[in-house]
Amino acid sequence: MAEAYITGIGQSQVGQKLTRHPLLLTTDAIREALADSGLSLADIDGISTYPGKASGYLGFSPVGCEDLIDALHLKVRWYNGGMETSAQLGAVATAAAAVKAGLARHVICFRTVYEAAAMARPQDYPMSRSARVEASSQWTAPFNATSAVTWVAQYAMRHVKKYGMTREQLAQISLTDRANALLNPRALVREPLSMEQYLAARMIAEPMCLFDCDRFSDASTVLIVSAGDALGDVKCTPIRIAASAYQSGGRHSWDQAEVMASYPTGAELWKHTDYKPKDVNTVQLYDGFAFLAITWLEGLGFCGIGEGGKFIEGGHRIALDGELPLNTFGGQIGAGRLHGFGFAHESVVQLRGQGGARQIKGDPKVAVAASGGGPLASVLLLARD
Amino acid sequence: MSAPRPLPRLDPDNRFFWTSGEDGKLRFLQCSDCATFLHPPRPICFNCLSENVAPAVVPGTGVVDTFTINHQKWSPNMEVPFVIARVAIDGAPGVILTTNIIGSPVDEVEFGDRVEVVFEQQEDVFLPFFKKVG
Repeated sequence: MAEAYITGIGQSQVGQKLTRHPLLLTTDAIREALADSGLSLADIDGISTYPGKASGYLGFSPVGCEDLIDALHLKVRWYNGGMETSAQLGAVATAAAAVKAGLARHVICFRTVYEAAAMARPQDYPMSRSARVEASSQWTAPFNATSAVTWVAQYAMRHVKKYGMTREQLAQISLTDRANALLNPRALVREPLSMEQYLAARMIAEPMCLFDCDRFSDASTVLIVSAGDALGDVKCTPIRIAASAYQSGGRHSWDQAEVMASYPTGAELWKHTDYKPKDVNTVQLYDGFAFLAITWLEGLGFCGIGEGGKFIEGGHRIALDGELPLNTFGGQIGAGRLHGFGFAHESVVQLRGQGGARQIKGDPKVAVAASGGGPLASVLLLARD
Repeated sequence: MSAPRPLPRLDPDNRFFWTSGEDGKLRFLQCSDCATFLHPPRPICFNCLSENVAPAVVPGTGVVDTFTINHQKWSPNMEVPFVIARVAIDGAPGVILTTNIIGSPVDEVEFGDRVEVVFEQQEDVFLPFFKKVG
C-alpha cells in the first residue's frame, strides 16, 4: 500500500509585529525544512497550504501557493490551497493523499501567519470591511458574538453545567502549555503562569478567561510530505502519516451542531489504523482556545465525553513527564498562534527525539496532531516505524 | 435600544428572516412537503430534497440551550457584560438561534430557561433578541 511520510520540518522565527516580509518568513521555514530533509528545491514538485492567500485579510494568510510557486520559480505538478478544507492540517492530509496517488513526490506544506504585524501596520496589511456582514457571520455578529471565543465558550459552558468542569480543571491546558513553552526556545510566551494568576485573570467569555486564548503571531511553519517510494531522496528519520481524518458527519455550523467536529473526526481517525489510543505517546491538540484541546481529548477517545476536565485535573497526566504529554512545545497558547501546523511540527520533533529540554521520556513512536474547532477538524496520526 | 451592531446584508435567502419582526412574528424556513425546518435558510430541504420551501411563523418562544457571559468589549462602544445564548426554538425542531438574552441580570440566566422573542429594529433589520418568560 502506498504510504506518505513527513520528511522535513522547518519554522521561521516566531514573534509579534515582525518586519520581515511574510514571504521571507515562509522561505526561512522552507530553507530549514529542506536542510532537515536533505532535499533541494528542485526535488519539490508539490505545494499545499491552508487557507491560501487571504486578500481581504492578509494578516490571516499573507502568502499563498501561487505567490510561492512564482517567487521561487518552482516546477510543481500539483498544488492545493483553500479555506474549504476541514481545518489547517487538512492541507497536510490532502498532500498525503496526493503523494499516495502519485500526483507529486515531495510536497511543501506551509502555514504562514502575520496577524500581529498586520494589526500593528494596517496601512500595509489592511483588512477589508464591508458595511454589512454575510454568510455564516450573519448568524452571530449581530448579537456581538463576533469572536470565535464566544462560540467556543458556549460549548465549554455546557461542560461546566452538565459535567461539572471547573476552572481549575480547564486551567490545566494553559498551565501545561505555558510550562512547556518555557523549554521551547522559539515559543512566543516564555513567562511562567501559576494557578493563582490564572484564576485571577479577567474573563473574556465565561468560562474562558484571558489565559485560555492564544495570541496573534507572525511566523511560518513548514512540513515536507513525501511519497513512500521517494524516501531514498531524504536523509532524516521519516515519520509516517499512519492515518488522517477530516471533518466527518454533522452540521457544518458553529451553533446548529450538538457537538464539535472533533468528536466524529476523532472517532473516524481510528477506523483507518490498527493503532489505538493507548498506543499514543504524546498528543498535540489544537488550543487556539484552551477548551478545544479538551474536546479533542474526548473526541479522540482518550477519555469519555464530558470526562475531559477530570482527565486533566491536577495536570500530572498531561505534563511532560506524564502518561500522555500534551502540547510539549507550548501549544498555541504558549508557542504562539502558528495556526494548526505547530502541532504536526512538534509531533515530528518528539517522535524523532529532537525535543531537547522538552523531549518526552522513553522511545515515543506514535503521536496525534489535531487542528480545528467547531465545525472544523482535521487530525493526523503520526508514527515512527 | 442597544448600540449599533454589525448588521446582515439582506439577500433573497435571508431577507424574510431579518425583516420578520416587522409584524412582531418570528419565522423560519420550512419545507412545505415534509414540514422540516431549514436553518440557516437554503432553497432546498435536506430531508426530502423538495424545493418547495417557505417561511413559517413559529410561536416566538424557546429554551436556553447554552450560553456565555461575554465580558470582552469587541468594539469601543460595546456595553458589557452581556449574555450570548443558543436558544432552541419552540415549534421548529432542531433549530437553534444564537442570540442575546436581554432584560435580566447576566447572572440570572440558566440552561433550560424559557425565553421569548423581543425584536429590536436597527435600520432595515429586526434583530430577534430574547428575554426570560415570567
